[in-house]
Amino acid sequence: MKTPVHFEATIPSSTTEGLAVQEQLVSLMEQFEYSMRDVFAMRLSLEEGLTNAIRHGNKLSPDKVVTVTCDIDDARMRVVVVDQGDGFDPEDVPDPTLEEFIERPCGRGLMLMRAYLTACEYSDGGRCLTMERERNSPLPILED
Amino acid sequence: MSKSDRRLDIEEINGVTIARLLEKKILDEANIEALGLELFALVDKDGRKKIILDFTLVEYLSSAALGKLITMHKKVTVAKGKLVLCSIQKDILDVFKITQLNKVLTLCTDLDEALTKF
Repeated sequence: MKTPVHFEATIPSSTTEGLAVQEQLVSLMEQFEYSMRDVFAMRLSLEEGLTNAIRHGNKLSPDKVVTVTCDIDDARMRVVVVDQGDGFDPEDVPDPTLEEFIERPCGRGLMLMRAYLTACEYSDGGRCLTMERERNSPLPILED
Repeated sequence: MSKSDRRLDIEEINGVTIARLLEKKILDEANIEALGLELFALVDKDGRKKIILDFTLVEYLSSAALGKLITMHKKVTVAKGKLVLCSIQKDILDVFKITQLNKVLTLCTDLDEALTKF
């Protein structure tokens, strides 16, 4: 059993910086020998969660930062992303699979995170996102 | 644009444009924007109407990349053309299924099947 790892980073509102953190977290998953399926799920979720915080939360403001905290062990990876934006209500995000929204070019990030993560919860008025995936989770469950 | 900067490798078979996506990870914004510009130019600049996007090399893609594919689909439809996606790896195919874009876009198992759509 590997010793659990705690990771923290504070980054400016830049998607390039977000990608760098994403790579560090994926590297941690690889050190803990998570499966390709778990890594795919977490990488996708990290991309969506970090982009939301940087672009939609902080609106790319150079005066605001995003903090990322990660705890990983042999059983699960848990990442908390906090932005300094105005927040939002996840319930206000429309279902992108509805006929009137299906051809919209945006609005699918939250849906993807919910599909791949064991836990995907927003708190603090939408400014704090907690993402968790258990090792070898069967998610996503697809309807045929 | 130098060859190393390109996100697409273009080939033409019987009047059908085959655009192979060269990036393994279509995740970061700069890459996605650049890919979008190359895709849209196929329709807007080159006037191509029969297009296959070959995903053989693609291992990751984000919702922002899906957005570019939707916009591309709309552009091709407006031009009265056809867009087909093929050779999509299982994990990526799941992304299309979760978002139900497999019902909007034409997805084929491989290039041979994609060519039969024209």
